[in-house]
Amino acid sequence: MTCDDSSSFLHAYLDGELDAPRCAEFERHLEGCVSCARAFEAQESLRSSIRDAQLREPLPAGFENKVRRELDESALPVSSPRFHAWRLLAAAAVVLLVVGASWKFSLRNRPGAEHNATAADAAAVELVDAHIRALQPGHLTDVTSTDQHTVKPWFAGKIAFAPPVSDFAAQEFPLVGGRLDVFQGRTVAALVYGRRKHFISVFIWPDPAPEMEQYSGAMNGYHWISWKQNGLRLCAVADTSGDDLVVLKDLMAR
Amino acid sequence: MQDREHFDQLVLPHLRAAFNLARWLLRSREDAEDVTQEALLRAYRFFSGFHGSDARAWLLQIVRNCCYTWLEKNRTMGSTVEFDEALHLSPLPGPEAQALAGSDRERLTRALEQLSPRSREVIVLRELEGCSYKEIAAITAMPIGTVMSTLARTRERLQQLLSRPGTKEGIDDM
Repeated sequence: MTCDDSSSFLHAYLDGELDAPRCAEFERHLEGCVSCARAFEAQESLRSSIRDAQLREPLPAGFENKVRRELDESALPVSSPRFHAWRLLAAAAVVLLVVGASWKFSLRNRPGAEHNATAADAAAVELVDAHIRALQPGHLTDVTSTDQHTVKPWFAGKIAFAPPVSDFAAQEFPLVGGRLDVFQGRTVAALVYGRRKHFISVFIWPDPAPEMEQYSGAMNGYHWISWKQNGLRLCAVADTSGDDLVVLKDLMAR
Repeated sequence: MQDREHFDQLVLPHLRAAFNLARWLLRSREDAEDVTQEALLRAYRFFSGFHGSDARAWLLQIVRNCCYTWLEKNRTMGSTVEFDEALHLSPLPGPEAQALAGSDRERLTRALEQLSPRSREVIVLRELEGCSYKEIAAITAMPIGTVMSTLARTRERLQQLLSRPGTKEGIDDM
């Protein structure tokens, strides 16, 4: 084992995350290498001073009871009188597809993640969250308006970027409204367009990555297409045809 | 309600871990109370979506997201450096804190608070919560290799910060 190897194994060894053969190799190296042994000692002593300092924050007095009370009081979502079954179904359909689509995204965008089922699980949990939330009656839109001048300002102050909001009623993609959603831990904007009897959700978030790739796909009868414009990534999702989404994409990217 | 009972058994035991992570990410006990509470309510709302076996990692992931959202929302006009200086120059509040001044605990707290949140969280999860690399990867949505390299880098950085007491350190903007 070289000193380079040793320094990269040092932390895994310290954390008990190194496999047995490498542990043995590492220990042998330390016996014969003063500088690596010194580096290891320094890290060990840092660790024990962190442990001795007892930095783990105790709960404030009464905090657990306070949380329990809050939980007691948190009512389950109640159906609003304006609730219609078709709306719920539409929301469910959109979200199901997004779960599938974003799942693919998260795998694709994180090289190495395929080998990391845990990170993938993590993405799944998040998307399930989004699913459950959007299933709640009335969650399809937070602001319901066909007027782009109502929807756009609604987002201001809620998110740190300005999503492109336009109504395409003339092209038979009427704007229905907008909402906030959460994807991979960040708040994203979602615009809702109507298309005949369907709804299209367009999720929008800042994406500093330089690549301009466009993704699209279909699964279980739903289509999605994702593209970049002006530093934002957009992903349109619906159970309409993929062609419809391409038309909407072209309209938005214009 | 059965769900609630299940939640109390599975998730509530990790309340301290949740609060601890929030306190270190937000560098404030008061803010950590608010955000932890919000995170618990959120977790409860989404509880039916939890099918895994590691309730702690699941909860900490939600707490972490809530913390970053909070940090994003409350980012002040001033830079973090100014914020830190203000923090360090302010007189220590309370007798307990004064007793700690100059102690190892105080020095470590200062050093940890100078790290970027992304560096700080891996140390907190590893050293304070005893999470495995795999759990840290799940909570932070980072590949395990990145967890390992972040830990290594952050520990070196902490050593630097601690070996030069009294000097003002810049912010680790890794």
